[in-house]
Amino acid sequence: MSRLEPLLIDQSVKGRRGVGIPKSPVSQPLGHLIPEKFLRKKKPHLPEVTEFQVVRHFTRLSQLNFSIDTHFYPLGSCTMKYNPKLNEAMAGLPGLKNIHPLAPDVVSQGMLEILYNLEQWLIRVTGFDAFTLQPAAGAHGELTGIFLAQAYHRARGNKKSVVLIPDSAHGTNPASAALAGFKVVQVKSQSDGHIDLSDYRQKLTDEVALIMITLPNTLGIFEGQIETITREAHAKGALVYLDGANFNALAGLVRPGDLGFDICHINLHKTFSTPHGGGGPGAGPVGVKKELEPFLPVPRVLKEKEKFVMRDSKHQFPQSIGQMRSFFGSTGVLLRAYTYMVTLGEDGVKEMSRRAIINANFIRVRLSKIFKVAANEPCMHEAVFSGVPALKNGTKTLDIAKRLLDYGYYAPTVYFPLIVPECLMIEPTETETPETLEAFCTTIEKIAREIETDPEMVKHAPHTTPVQRLDEVQAAREPVLKWPSWNSAFNTFYEEKTQKSQGPQK
Amino acid sequence: MYHPNSTSDEKNLLKKIGVSSFEDLLPRLPKNHLNPGLGLRKNLSEMDLSREMEGLAGKNGSPLSFVGAGAYDHFIPAAVPAIQSRGEFLTAYTPYQAEASQGTLQSIFEFQSIVAEIYGMDMANASMYDGATSLAEAVLVAVRQTGKPVVILPDALHPHYRRTLETYFGSNPGIQLATVPCPHGVIDSKELDMKLSANKDKVAAVVIQSPNFFGCIEDGAEWTQKAHAAGALSIVSANPLAMGLLTPPGEYGADIAVGDGQPLGIPLSFGGPYVGLFACKQELMRKIPGRLCGKTVDTNGQVGYVLTLQAREQHIRREKAISNICSNQNLMALAVTLQSSLLGPEGLRDLAELNLQQAHYAASQISNIPGFKLHFSAPFFNEFVLELSGDAELFQQKALAMNVLPGLILKPYFPSLDRHILVNVTEKRSKEDIDRLVSVLRSVK
Amino acid sequence: MPNPQQCKFAKTHEWIASDGTIGISDHAQKEMTDVVFVDLPKVGLEVKAGDACAVVESVKAAFDIYSPVSGKITKVNQAVSKKPALVNQSPYENGWLFVIEKSNPAEEAVLLSLTDYEKFIEEETNGH
Repeated sequence: MSRLEPLLIDQSVKGRRGVGIPKSPVSQPLGHLIPEKFLRKKKPHLPEVTEFQVVRHFTRLSQLNFSIDTHFYPLGSCTMKYNPKLNEAMAGLPGLKNIHPLAPDVVSQGMLEILYNLEQWLIRVTGFDAFTLQPAAGAHGELTGIFLAQAYHRARGNKKSVVLIPDSAHGTNPASAALAGFKVVQVKSQSDGHIDLSDYRQKLTDEVALIMITLPNTLGIFEGQIETITREAHAKGALVYLDGANFNALAGLVRPGDLGFDICHINLHKTFSTPHGGGGPGAGPVGVKKELEPFLPVPRVLKEKEKFVMRDSKHQFPQSIGQMRSFFGSTGVLLRAYTYMVTLGEDGVKEMSRRAIINANFIRVRLSKIFKVAANEPCMHEAVFSGVPALKNGTKTLDIAKRLLDYGYYAPTVYFPLIVPECLMIEPTETETPETLEAFCTTIEKIAREIETDPEMVKHAPHTTPVQRLDEVQAAREPVLKWPSWNSAFNTFYEEKTQKSQGPQK
Repeated sequence: MYHPNSTSDEKNLLKKIGVSSFEDLLPRLPKNHLNPGLGLRKNLSEMDLSREMEGLAGKNGSPLSFVGAGAYDHFIPAAVPAIQSRGEFLTAYTPYQAEASQGTLQSIFEFQSIVAEIYGMDMANASMYDGATSLAEAVLVAVRQTGKPVVILPDALHPHYRRTLETYFGSNPGIQLATVPCPHGVIDSKELDMKLSANKDKVAAVVIQSPNFFGCIEDGAEWTQKAHAAGALSIVSANPLAMGLLTPPGEYGADIAVGDGQPLGIPLSFGGPYVGLFACKQELMRKIPGRLCGKTVDTNGQVGYVLTLQAREQHIRREKAISNICSNQNLMALAVTLQSSLLGPEGLRDLAELNLQQAHYAASQISNIPGFKLHFSAPFFNEFVLELSGDAELFQQKALAMNVLPGLILKPYFPSLDRHILVNVTEKRSKEDIDRLVSVLRSVK
Repeated sequence: MPNPQQCKFAKTHEWIASDGTIGISDHAQKEMTDVVFVDLPKVGLEVKAGDACAVVESVKAAFDIYSPVSGKITKVNQAVSKKPALVNQSPYENGWLFVIEKSNPAEEAVLLSLTDYEKFIEEETNGH
């Protein structure tokens, strides 16, 4: 790991530039074009550096990161699989990258054909009847799905104001439901992560519009009662939503549409391997059953007489919930996911989930001697443990997570789900080799021994990273969220420049 | 070939797990639904797939385009994609383990600084999905902060932004969207006064977009003053590139500034992924959505960066969270950071002026052609509404036959603008390109 | 400056003094760890017993503060807004949160004495 890098602004020297901008050959005095009161007076405090300074600065910053390309990244619930370089190349084809989102259909036939095909692939993999590719992320997909359920009930005159969510769900589920104006009611989970059916039945009133279920659940276990749950919901007139965050475990193995789900979102950045980019962009397409299709957001891509068209008119889609964002969607992400699916094909998609499940179970069995497995049965795509048996001498799961960094592994997800004490959630994905998994487990065993022999060292880990543990309390008590602005002496910069270019008219 | 395990690897792993077959790992899956035929194609080799995708890409046209309308074809220096595609940025995830994510965290801190500086605001978050959703989140903040329900939108707001707000809040009884007319391309001062007094003490925010959908520059200072006088917040949606030249929202006291970062380093890519910018006054710091990265020190006193003020967020607050967002458009934010760093303050200004000059050259040349006229006389940045002498669809078809796309047809968005197109000219359209547009317009009018 | 011996406690870990001053217990501040932010109600706000009317945040959690009694908020502690650490350092003195003008003193009957509150915490801890 290289040493730390100063802020780019602290490397700034007045007058340096990273890129030259030519003068307009048809320039007029600025004062002729725009009233002076609309012109900027205060110079923004941006770096003044050469291109090489920018390149070196950000290359050095990049080297302070762990990433999938450089490290095993067993972050549970995030599906950190290999992001093929081919996906990048295809999304970067000039004929795709440079298409304007509002170009007439005749200009974007190739693009529309790909997007149409991607919808068809997703329909086939999930068993739903229609898809929207618009949502920008998983949470955005959830919100879309909740709006769809709301529109569905409203169209039927149903007055339903409650969304049921298991207590083990991701925080985005209740946050999305609340944003759409629903009342959130929690359903209890049993200690093995399964929904407590008696609590569910008690809370499944006529008020319930939607039940949101994560499958496999956040303990990595397939909800065996799922068909009972969806059947009983439908009997009460409620819809069932699948949070497809864990779809990597299901793809090709079982179709959510066959299990009674009405709506689902798929995180393309997980299951279909689009790069996480340090926190985004993602894409969260939403699939629905036939009865919900009229409510899907616009614009939609349709095939009309062998031509592909993008349509958003109110006349054509009178019941649509509208638009969830600007333009069609995160197309660059969609192109990567499409490339990945076509590369895998039918057999590859099935192999993907199969190998993800085998790898996770290897971890589950291998580490069960060190940790306590949260649910004592085979897991799906991720293995969830309580760290308690390994935690001696005042150590915590967090310490194990931090110590892993010293050995060159990113940490698993820790302290989620909340129902497992001192939780570790490990998702190896299908793209890791058996050698990597073996080495990772050996390292965990080693850390467990270190906890016995040198607990203080573990408690103060990491020791080899560019920084040690950071003071989060100070960061939150006295937040510093940006570099300082110019002091006022510099503020006349834009003014001077503006006046110079204003010409004789002034 | 992305899956490493050979058949013997798999057997070996299953043995170590202690089961005899893969199916033994699926005790709870419903047997009747297991392993369905999906009807997908067979896998493709990299060679075959590349050929197929290149073929599809080739079906797209590449006319000389003057369509903008919220997504702009700008110059992106080679250094931007070169750095952005480094695996250490591309394939990292949310920087939960700060010690192993200082590169991402520091770049977020630099992004927040740059966005705040560009808008002249006190602070910015680590980004939202896009310009439209940023505006929706800003509206939520304003309603929550003021405890008032009415949000005034200009008629000249980008129609996708308006539709997004309508979707987000259409069925929310706590938020009412009102529209102020823009008969001359910008907010009408008297109409705004009327809207404010008709909703006395009920207005949470006045939304200003500048440059607006028509490309016109709004008097943000005046509208902000009116908003404040009515006890409402001022939310400004602004193209960040235009801020190189135009008064930024912070200079006239706006409370929240939002926008789409696409013009700063992000390709058109058929609508996304882009990045929503979100900046605000200091006093709203703990009320805003999205990730925030803060500066702190480690146990040795070494400066470092962490995600902070997380108690606002969904993973802690669940249904009481300020927003449901749990990501940021980090890789796109990085593009904005790279592009802005390469430009610097002077480059940003020069690039903005180049846009302004080229667009004004185009506007003056076109308005010299009989039958064409600029629809609005308000000052504009790099986009303007052009009134044609006849049907816009037919006109576009003819122009496309000469491989020129002269602008966006406005009728679907503004039925009264039924012979009008929105023409955008960025720095990438040379004088020769503009002259070609002019000659095509002359020939097809 | 209230003496915890003379305060009444809610099972949600707030204390209230006879003059209507409200804060959180020593036990609560320890559980919360380092307090980084306190969001206080507006003066003049009318609340009912059990209403969430303030939020205390640590780095990884947020805690709703429920008013133990009904009434009107008459004063808030600006000092804890500026220096949230006061809640940790001095939960019964400088770390008080707000003052309420009680509208129904009878509601205090369900609140606990310090001794009963401590017993309650012990039972809760052992219960887990």
